[in-house]
Amino acid sequence: MVLRLGSDRASAPPVVTVLRPSHHWPALNLRELWEYHELLYFLIWRQLKVRYKQTILGASWAIIQPFLAMVIFSVFFGRLAGMPSEGVPYPIFAYAALVPWTYFANALTLASSSLVEHERMLTKVYFPRLMLPMAAVLAGLLDLAIAFLVLLGLAVHYRIALSLSLCVTPLFALLAAGIAVGVGLWLSALNVQYRDVRHITPFLVQIWLFATPVAYPSSLVPEKWRVLYALNPMAGVVEGFRWALVGKGQPPGMFLFASISMVVVILTSGLYYFRRTEATFADVV
Amino acid sequence: MNSAVIRVDELSKCYRLGQKKLKKNLGELLSDSVRNRFRRFSNLNRQGSSKGTNPADEILWALKSVSFEVGQGEVVGIIGRNGAGKSTLLKILCRITDLTEGYVEIHGRIGSLLEVGTGFHGDLTGRENIYLGGAVLGMRKAEISRKFDEIVAFAEIDQFLDTPVKRYSSGMYMRLAFAVAAHLEPEILIVDEVLAVGDAAFQKKCLGKMSEVAHEGRTILFVSHNMAAVKTLCQRGIFLKNGTISCDATATEAVGTYLRSLEQAASQDLAVRTERTGKGQVRLSRVDACTGDADSSPILMTGRSARFVFYFTKMVPKLTCVFTIYNHLGEPVANFNSAIHSPEDSHDLALDTKLICHLDELSLVPGQYRINVAILSEEQLQDHVEAAAIFDVEPGTCRGRPVAKDTGYGNVSMHHRWTLPGEV
Repeated sequence: MVLRLGSDRASAPPVVTVLRPSHHWPALNLRELWEYHELLYFLIWRQLKVRYKQTILGASWAIIQPFLAMVIFSVFFGRLAGMPSEGVPYPIFAYAALVPWTYFANALTLASSSLVEHERMLTKVYFPRLMLPMAAVLAGLLDLAIAFLVLLGLAVHYRIALSLSLCVTPLFALLAAGIAVGVGLWLSALNVQYRDVRHITPFLVQIWLFATPVAYPSSLVPEKWRVLYALNPMAGVVEGFRWALVGKGQPPGMFLFASISMVVVILTSGLYYFRRTEATFADVV
Repeated sequence: MNSAVIRVDELSKCYRLGQKKLKKNLGELLSDSVRNRFRRFSNLNRQGSSKGTNPADEILWALKSVSFEVGQGEVVGIIGRNGAGKSTLLKILCRITDLTEGYVEIHGRIGSLLEVGTGFHGDLTGRENIYLGGAVLGMRKAEISRKFDEIVAFAEIDQFLDTPVKRYSSGMYMRLAFAVAAHLEPEILIVDEVLAVGDAAFQKKCLGKMSEVAHEGRTILFVSHNMAAVKTLCQRGIFLKNGTISCDATATEAVGTYLRSLEQAASQDLAVRTERTGKGQVRLSRVDACTGDADSSPILMTGRSARFVFYFTKMVPKLTCVFTIYNHLGEPVANFNSAIHSPEDSHDLALDTKLICHLDELSLVPGQYRINVAILSEEQLQDHVEAAAIFDVEPGTCRGRPVAKDTGYGNVSMHHRWTLPGEV
């Protein structure tokens, strides 16, 4: 069998790659990330394709997950515990928070295992390793969009007057993605060396859920603890998302500001740690 | 040869053995990070950083000050024993792992035939996996689309294009994976035959592809244990030994140096040899090759009985001995495995820490051979020694028929009988 080789690329000058020992302060190398943007697209596409393969319910899992959580929350917190819900029906109060939360929790879990799961890719080929946790987080956005449509339906059902503030929900979703990427970078890189992370992540997600105003309004938190509470970047996201949708609860203020600052801190530190350790991923994983 | 496409300058790579020694737990994390701080501090004065800062954290230099250049269109064979640093070198060139010291410059895209099937997902169809696999190898979507039909034709899977690859036979899967990798069209191709999986036909396909690419003036780095293949395919050979370049010359010269070093190693006492792999709870301490008859002379002869005796440092349950006889070019001739039983096998308590393999009729043609030995216990590799023994086979007769010296047409003389026309 005869193959035509390289006739079509002969004109382009060859790429020059220079390898040196990695530095203490690694470069972000955005240009390279851009060069590989198609790979990111393919990785996301693969996640989407594979996620609901061989399931009966398929993509409806994207709705069922937050929806069932909402039902459980409504029964236990709404009915039995009589949790205050800022004057909106508890189911929509909870669901409006569960949509971004479920996205975040899933994205974080997938991102933290993304490197270890693709061990073969890590040890066989080169590509910017950042692509793996990023693809894990971005692929979840489709689920988020589907769950969001249900949220809109629910709002109509409960006769919630939707306002223009609805338009800022994507920004909050983006913020949640930013947190998931940031924490995901830390966890996935740590997971390569310390498999303890795999056992910690479910706990972390669970504790984080209770530290976030999903089942309860943040107004329940005593005033003096508010500042500390706001350091949880997801608090700002969830509160903001709920506010944008039902117009109740905390308007974005201190929480949002704290949230954005925290995202910057987590993302920068996560990137730094990831870039510093990625050179040895293939040796350690 | 014009300008260099690969320039490697004083390249070194060290592994902390602790790093490779499986995953740590959080308990070790704390003590580790303290230690690391400490090491970084002590590394400031550079000297002695390679040796013994901490016995628990041994450092292994897989490559040490390796420098070479490869010109456009050169086909270079990289040879050496297991653990000599061949795979590490390739991994650094492919950017899979980081270098510790030195400088590497690569002009053009590197592709390798060792990463066959990377990025494939069993649940996706053949069509989808072509795109995915291509993207993982660094191809653009447009590029994949352009070569799509070619890839499908090469892999011969057209009617299964929309079947999930997990339903493929392993042969089909391999063909598809290989087809994708083969169409990457890199400026520099890396072939690691040692790591190449698959059956003989598939490996042959790899080699075929390689010589084809070589004819087009592409640069190739070829890692192999098969000296015959290195000699025919490569003009130049680099012989790596313990992480350094021992010989960088023509392929024939490098192969010669390598084979001589194997002979030297074989004459060394097995027990003290360090170039070995495996867990090491049991080790091979000696190998004897002798004739199987009463006088057990150490000179083997074609057609006569032969005996290989393997001595171990101790006896453990479920011990398996696997050995392979190679000819002087490093081509495998025959493989023996004590775990595959025959009713003729027997047990002898008196043997203690020995294992004996009997051959009633040695059917090797006269020449020099060497054997690689692997010892396993409970399916775990305990010890692997290359060129554990080198032995000569003297000319003899195979059931009355004289067997000529190595003619270059195979190494085995089979017992046979002719029926010829005419009278006696």
